[in-house]
Amino acid sequence: MSHSSTYRPGTAIERWLDKRLPIIRFSDDFMNFPTPKNLNYWWTFGAILAVCLVIQIITGVVLAMHYTPHEDYAFSSIEHIMRDVNYGDIIRYTHANGAAIFFLAVYIHMFRGLYYGSYKEPREMVWILGVVIFLLMMATAFMGYVLPWGQMSFWAATVITNFFTAFPIIGEPIKTLLLGGPAVDNATLNRFYSLHYLLPFAIFGVVALHIWAFHTSGNNNPTGVEVKDVKKDTVPFHPYYTVKDGFAIAVFMLLFAAFVFFNPNGMGHPDNYIPANPLVTPPHIVPEWYFLPFYAILRAITFDIGPISSKLGGVIAMFGSIMVLFVLPWLDTSKVRSMRYRPVAQLWFVLFVIACCGLGYLGGQPAEGVFVVWAQIATAYYFLFFLVILPLLGVFEKTKPLPKSIADSVLTNTKASGGMVAQAAE
Amino acid sequence: MGATKDMHEAEPTRRDFIHILAGTTAVVGAAGVAVPLIHQMNPDASVLALSTKEVDLSALEVGQAIKVMWQGKPVFIRRRTAEEIKSVEETPVSALKDGKARNANVAANDDAEDKNRVIKPDYIVVVGVCTHLGCVPLGTSQGEVRGDFGGWFCPCHGSHYDNAGRIRKGPAPENLQVPKYQFVADTTIRIG
Repeated sequence: MSHSSTYRPGTAIERWLDKRLPIIRFSDDFMNFPTPKNLNYWWTFGAILAVCLVIQIITGVVLAMHYTPHEDYAFSSIEHIMRDVNYGDIIRYTHANGAAIFFLAVYIHMFRGLYYGSYKEPREMVWILGVVIFLLMMATAFMGYVLPWGQMSFWAATVITNFFTAFPIIGEPIKTLLLGGPAVDNATLNRFYSLHYLLPFAIFGVVALHIWAFHTSGNNNPTGVEVKDVKKDTVPFHPYYTVKDGFAIAVFMLLFAAFVFFNPNGMGHPDNYIPANPLVTPPHIVPEWYFLPFYAILRAITFDIGPISSKLGGVIAMFGSIMVLFVLPWLDTSKVRSMRYRPVAQLWFVLFVIACCGLGYLGGQPAEGVFVVWAQIATAYYFLFFLVILPLLGVFEKTKPLPKSIADSVLTNTKASGGMVAQAAE
Repeated sequence: MGATKDMHEAEPTRRDFIHILAGTTAVVGAAGVAVPLIHQMNPDASVLALSTKEVDLSALEVGQAIKVMWQGKPVFIRRRTAEEIKSVEETPVSALKDGKARNANVAANDDAEDKNRVIKPDYIVVVGVCTHLGCVPLGTSQGEVRGDFGGWFCPCHGSHYDNAGRIRKGPAPENLQVPKYQFVADTTIRIG
């Protein structure tokens, strides 16, 4: 759906530039990109995420001007930022809460893609690049969390690098290579700082590919029906979606600001205000909330599976829970993209969202008794949803009739727009 | 390119050979550059230099335990009571989750009997890093929880170790590592 350029250079300077570096043409085409006219508010999270990334990069670069990546000074340099640097506390709270709010937005964005089948042919690359961005985000957030060198920082680094020791033979050398010593220490802090500064720019690059990919295939839309007539089915991105996205960004920023200004430590752990101590493990180690579902999956495997120990099994399940997303476009066999027309898939999807949120809750609870059993049930459902339910539904599900076109669904079917509101409320 | 396509179907030419040679040189060169760029992340000389440590155990009373730092990791040293020694010596190897000694001072295949976990039965010396995900188990300092088997207890994910540092219950797959150490005097050990 790449559209032919409509840019006409008006001035002599523009004509001169257009022959040498057609950057205005590129921006013009970008802003005029024909976008389905029926996108709902779930589609605004792409723009919200772009804003989140920019906020993290700007606040991060500023924080790096005052931070010291050394085991003896890191913790006090954070306190220096909080107490001495002009507006340092607000900038740091923005960066720390910005990471959490970034994950909130990305999870909504991913559930939206899942519900409306945005990963299906011809958008497989859009989805795969999205999963790559998600992985890079997790690596960046983890390494950033280590930098304040508090107790949670130190022990998160210890526990997470120890995941690799679950793999036989190659595990130990990989862990030593990551840490730069037998245990988490100054070498670890230094390299994490270096990579934490680098990875956001890698994310920026993959985001560009992600956008390029869906500017090649065209946006999906709530009906999942492809654009048939560019004139009738689409509107230019600007001003229609710049305004809609702009409004959504403003609303989202209200939520963000509420955390930064009124509850800046609400999503953090008090233990991270205790300097790192390699001799004492805090009694209850939990990751930040956005990693809890994966942490719950890790701890749900408490039993050996044949030659695979429970430790290795947990690590495989945790990595597998993300790896399965890469092959999702080929696991979902249904010809119908949007779950709006898949009444049975809808129910399983709601259960899936509940399972993910449940895993998030369970990851924050101690790994004992009934919590473990529930985490095992939710983990089993997580994998069943992708590996069994989606492949089978494509064969057995009786789907509802699709609208003839996007324009048709918007103009003639008032019931469809009623359905859109109902889904927005979900 | 049209001309070279025809030539590919015929005998390989000197030009093909030069292409392969140039490509191979680039790959080998890239691999050569990658070695120092990756190996720089491994422990450096100053870290490796801190590889041994001497500890004086004369002040350690029966039933007491201490924690010392060795290579950035805690090492637990406990002077066990007679009952503690008796209890771990009587535990059959078949009751253990991990039957291997995990002791750098004995052969790798030795079983996890108490005699293969210690040098002198009075002192148990183990690396205080849980073999699950690397937390420091509790039980060394006075008043800390020592778990169902009276040795150490890891609060992160609930692993219980006995007084020979052997895993008895919980997700940890292996016994606590016994580091390489020797008695350089009656009550002094050198770790590493």
